[in-house]
Amino acid sequence: MTPFLTPGQTLCVVLMVMLGTLCTRFLPFLLFPENREAPAVVLYLGRVLPPAMMGLLVVYCLRSVDLTAGSHGLPEFLAVAVTAALQLWRRNSLLSIAAGTALYMLLVQVVF
Amino acid sequence: MAHESRPSAALGALRAAFPHTLPVLTGFAVLGLAYGVLMASKGYGPGWSFLMSALCFCGSMQFAAIALLTTAFDPVQALLLSLMVNARHLFYGVSMLEKYKGLGKKRVFLIFALCDETFSLTSSVVPPPGTDRGWFYLWISLLDYLYWVAASVLGGILGGVLPFDTTGLDFALTALFVVLFIEQIRRRENLTPGLLGLACTGVALFAAGPDNLVIPAMILTLGCLLLGRRRLEA
Repeated sequence: MTPFLTPGQTLCVVLMVMLGTLCTRFLPFLLFPENREAPAVVLYLGRVLPPAMMGLLVVYCLRSVDLTAGSHGLPEFLAVAVTAALQLWRRNSLLSIAAGTALYMLLVQVVF
Repeated sequence: MAHESRPSAALGALRAAFPHTLPVLTGFAVLGLAYGVLMASKGYGPGWSFLMSALCFCGSMQFAAIALLTTAFDPVQALLLSLMVNARHLFYGVSMLEKYKGLGKKRVFLIFALCDETFSLTSSVVPPPGTDRGWFYLWISLLDYLYWVAASVLGGILGGVLPFDTTGLDFALTALFVVLFIEQIRRRENLTPGLLGLACTGVALFAAGPDNLVIPAMILTLGCLLLGRRRLEA
């Protein structure tokens, strides 16, 4: 298949995507440079955002799960539950992730 | 150790960092391959996959950008979409202002390569005692980066011939976020913000749908965190 865009246009799209990404990654560090103390509210956000963003990422990963059709999100629910329970119990990250992923693969490839 | 030489500081940090990146290796191997294969199927070979992955390194936006490459040329749309899809990086940066302080030249790459997976690790995992903090964060960032770039190029070369059924293997990244979420909220002061992030994103998903949830979720979360500041800081 031939590409839809010319090489010049493709390069331009790549650079635009890069520019957008660079802006979102560097902006906080440019706004609050390391030689100056950031405002208290920013430091507060820096402390509470990591757990909040981890919650966001969990939901973000599961955003396309359809509860009304197919397997009704059951493989996702079971695999997340097993991963979380193992982590709470044994606190071994690689074990929790490997077991959760293996269970998920089994469920989507064989069971459902 | 005060007189430890630089190479061994780097090596020690690599040994400490590598195991943490294994789930990312698994997830990126699958998703990176899939990305390269998809790009190749649209006529954009491994060279283009390499360029996009090496310059942008933004997984979900790279998938979204495939749509931009298969429709009428519109660079402004490309920039706007990239800013919107990647807006969550703003919160990652705010979170890492303190941790990435005083790391010199390494800091530039740490910021450049701050993707979801690297952020989740560097914001949650504490470098073990005696490990060089800068090298530890740099190895996590660099390894994750190399996994992604290598997998996307390989996908472009192979073009869809995989030796076994990998369906569901990308769940490793979801599991990684679940594990790091649990580790974050283990700390008492993190429980409420963690649950807030989960709930706000759930509400945003319900209200805005799966394709437009990032910005509403960020605004809701930010609003709740600012409104609850007095109680959360107590």
